[in-house]
Amino acid sequence: MKQLKYIGLTLFLGGLIVFTLLVFSGNFRLTEELMRSNLSEMELTNLGERMSAEIVDKNYTSPVSFGNAVIQIYNETNQQFRNAQQWDRVMYTPPKEFALKLARVASTGWIPAHKALLFFLTFGLGIIGALLFVLTELKLGGPAGIKNNGIYQRAATNRGWVGISTFIFLVSFYVLLYYFPYALVNCTLAVDPVKHLFNPADTASQWFLYGFLYCVVMTVMGVRMIIKYRHNNYQVVRTVVVVFFQLIFAFLLIEILPLFDLPARDLKNAWPLDYTFLFEWNVQQLLDSGHFGKFLFAWGIVLSLVIVPVMVYFYGKRWYCSWVCGCGGLAETLGDPYRQLSSKKLSAWKLERWLIHGVLVFAIIMTFFTGYLTYNVINNPDMESKEYLVGISAYDVRELYGFLIGSVFAGIIGTGFYPIFGNRTWCRFGCPLAAYMGLVQRFKSRFRITTNGGQCISCGNCSTYCEQGIDVRAYAQKGQNIVRSSCVGCGVCAAVCPRGVLKLENGPEQNRFGNEGPIVLGNNGFEIQN
Amino acid sequence: MISGESTHFFSRTALMYVYMGHMRWNDIKPYEDWFWAKNRIQLVEDWVISIDYTNKSITTRSGKTLQYDKLVLALGSKPNKFGWPGQDLKAVQGLYSRQDLEMLEAVSPLVREAVIVGGGLIGIELAEMLLSRGIKVTFLVREKQFWSNVLPIQEAQLISKHILKHHVDLRFENELAEIVDDGTGSAGAIITKSGERIPCQFVGLTAGVSPNIDLVRNSELETKNGILINTFFETSIPNVYSIGDCAQFREPVAGRRALEQVWYTGRIMGETLAQTLCGNRQAYNPGPWFNSAKFFDIEYQTYGNVGASLAAGEAEFYWEHAAGEKCIHLVWDKDSGIFKGINTFGIRMRHELFDAWLRKKALVEEVVKHLRSANFDPEFYAHFEPEIIAAFNRASGKNVQLKPKTWWKNLLNT
Ligand SMILES: Cc1cc2nc3c(=O)[nH]c(=O)nc-3n(C[C@H](O)[C@H](O)[C@H](O)COP(=O)(O)OP(=O)(O)OC[C@H]3O[C@@H](n4cnc5c(N)ncnc54)[C@H](O)[C@@H]3O)c2cc1C
Ligand code: SF4
Repeated sequence: MKQLKYIGLTLFLGGLIVFTLLVFSGNFRLTEELMRSNLSEMELTNLGERMSAEIVDKNYTSPVSFGNAVIQIYNETNQQFRNAQQWDRVMYTPPKEFALKLARVASTGWIPAHKALLFFLTFGLGIIGALLFVLTELKLGGPAGIKNNGIYQRAATNRGWVGISTFIFLVSFYVLLYYFPYALVNCTLAVDPVKHLFNPADTASQWFLYGFLYCVVMTVMGVRMIIKYRHNNYQVVRTVVVVFFQLIFAFLLIEILPLFDLPARDLKNAWPLDYTFLFEWNVQQLLDSGHFGKFLFAWGIVLSLVIVPVMVYFYGKRWYCSWVCGCGGLAETLGDPYRQLSSKKLSAWKLERWLIHGVLVFAIIMTFFTGYLTYNVINNPDMESKEYLVGISAYDVRELYGFLIGSVFAGIIGTGFYPIFGNRTWCRFGCPLAAYMGLVQRFKSRFRITTNGGQCISCGNCSTYCEQGIDVRAYAQKGQNIVRSSCVGCGVCAAVCPRGVLKLENGPEQNRFGNEGPIVLGNNGFEIQN
Repeated sequence: MISGESTHFFSRTALMYVYMGHMRWNDIKPYEDWFWAKNRIQLVEDWVISIDYTNKSITTRSGKTLQYDKLVLALGSKPNKFGWPGQDLKAVQGLYSRQDLEMLEAVSPLVREAVIVGGGLIGIELAEMLLSRGIKVTFLVREKQFWSNVLPIQEAQLISKHILKHHVDLRFENELAEIVDDGTGSAGAIITKSGERIPCQFVGLTAGVSPNIDLVRNSELETKNGILINTFFETSIPNVYSIGDCAQFREPVAGRRALEQVWYTGRIMGETLAQTLCGNRQAYNPGPWFNSAKFFDIEYQTYGNVGASLAAGEAEFYWEHAAGEKCIHLVWDKDSGIFKGINTFGIRMRHELFDAWLRKKALVEEVVKHLRSANFDPEFYAHFEPEIIAAFNRASGKNVQLKPKTWWKNLLNT
């Protein structure tokens, strides 16, 4: 069994290495013909000459060298136009996307000829290896139950060298994905066979790669989660549901809807997590897409303003964060081995309150600006500088938001830092939807974590394994219930508690906080008077 | 607050989790380090070596002298050693203190086989700890089944089976005779009273604890097994109090023991004495007994009194799940039907409800019919109440109908 586990690990690492090597290898050669058929007319006029002279028919041996060469020409040309104030000739496609588009078609040789094999060598090996690795736990881990043995003794989960390497790997991946997608071009080729299942005529973008990878990781790590908590039905059901929502709503529907000429939207993605909801292109596209588009527009509004708070009132924000949300889903599956790394310090809680509510305010302001722009685009098409409100451009505001919050915070810090700050950094410090639901949960909800009278022995397992950094023990040892805006209701505190002290439950708002005095149940001597 | 054991207060109950890598030392401290100064509690990390009751001062090992107006002695316990030959060898130890944990950590890399002597709560924790490091464990238990001096035989059997499932070599009715030196001053084997020799590189002594009162044993303070106190925690010397594991009641409060060595009672004593020290003199008045533990993967809770064997006039009901890892054991007064206590294994129950039922002397029927509301398991767990009630009715000849789940608070008012 042990051997099987190591074979699994080896296969997984093999897949990972091939995947990584893809970033550094390949043959890229752009022919004149390919260039002509892939550049728009404007691009051809602007760039054709220089590209023919400098890039066409030249051999590049990595996506990055090819992409950089393309981007250099693109940027320099644009700069010339800007210098010459020829604004109508400036091109607005992001250079990284332009480079990715060309890298895709310029790829030649072994890699594009063996996509299916590559898919097997990356995803195939990775999935088989990882599954072997986690399935052997069924035998090696002993009888079902909480087995956190060694978590703080292993380099992978105690910020040791494995953790640091994982951190570097994840951050690098996100940096490439967001800022240098052309570096991932070979990886996108490897998932073309999957994309073709949906649409044989289409090719995989970096976002398809990401979405597919996300689903694979969540599913495999979901299996791990279910094995680890197989004695705990709350965890099993929750994991199945959150993976289901990812696979169906965030992936399959997104691929299938466009096949019917319907706008691809993740139906569960609620504003303000979905910060592009009121962007003019989004609203326009929805309103132009017939009944279904209009339904999506209305659904988005109802979801954010009615369904979200009402559900939080009845069940707490866990219904979203731990059962439905994609970010939460990744945190609960891929992130589970890192949950203990979240800081439980009071200072972290203070930082959290400033940050997350700051992001919520920022999201609201940003939405206000972009809403103003969208309103003008739809209702005052003839208006000049529609984007300007109090002298500030809505484009600038949302670009800043997208950069700071959308990619750096949610992606790079949120996921990349799993092995350092724990798995819910984004959900705890950054997610504006979590902040919004948190306010409802804290002040108007039937949800709480009940403390079982005086049974707490102050051991600290609950606090340690709280991914949101809540010092659960601080409440439990005083016999108080846990009512906190940040609680995502993952239920792990209740699972790891060795004395059966904690229970997530929904009940009457009255007496929600439980025992408020410092005297714990079991002492009949006296009561503290308020 | 003076302790020689550690700079900051930590949760003794969680020592095992540090060894097993579930938590770091810092994680088992219930308060962050700034807490103490902020609350104007001065911490002194030192050992007290003598107390001068006349001049109201204490002296520490490092030579400090501190004055007191009131002194609280909460010295805790220490592992029992019964004069076994070899008990002071290296790699022979109990598990009580931070220092014990450090010693264990230091010898562990050299240990392939270990013997644990004494089948109680600390023994089973030690077994789990050693197994987590791949060490083979032989567990000597004096009783017929694990902890059967405290648990009724059914529960003791259920837990014993579970221990075996974790590949512990569990030996019942077996006692330690001597520990054999391996030639280097360290444990090399043990010999049992039946003469068997079991090779091992580590011996865990977990045959109970006793009050740690060496500091005061031969002073004018009155002691017996522990420091003698009345129900106000007052010792024989004015302004000197004692609470926790080291304190022994001259007259125990009704239904309780003279020595109470668990976390919860220590806490209740602390809460109560704090009132007295702050000018509101209060006697120890704990509510109904409760306790809990975890045996490998099986959680245990108890409310009220369920003895190892039934007392006169008591009736009982035992239910065990088919898979043999969950059970409940109810005891009530045969004549009056008043509910006396419950042991529950693998099913969590609500402390508040049982506390209320025990205090108001509820009938066993009332408890049984509301088991669904008293259940404290996480959502989506399987429920066994219908099965339990059917078995209860069959066994007791009563006819109790299971009530649907109601919000537990509402039951408190009826
Ligand atoms: C491994 C283990 C697991 C346990 N698990 C549970 C459980 O799950 N549930 C439960 O209810 N109970 C449990 N207990 C029992 C519980 O921990 C004790 O009942 C409780 O800690 C007693 O508290 P106390 O304050 O009386 O003594 P202690 O916690 O022992 O504290 C006494 C302190 O005084 C210090 N001290 C003693 N003498 C001196 C001196 N001369 N100078 C300076 N300092 C001194 C000691 O070093 C110690 O730090 C467990 C105990 C152990 C050892
Ligand atoms: S895990 Fe349970 S016993 Fe331990 S501190 Fe938390 S609530 Fe208390």
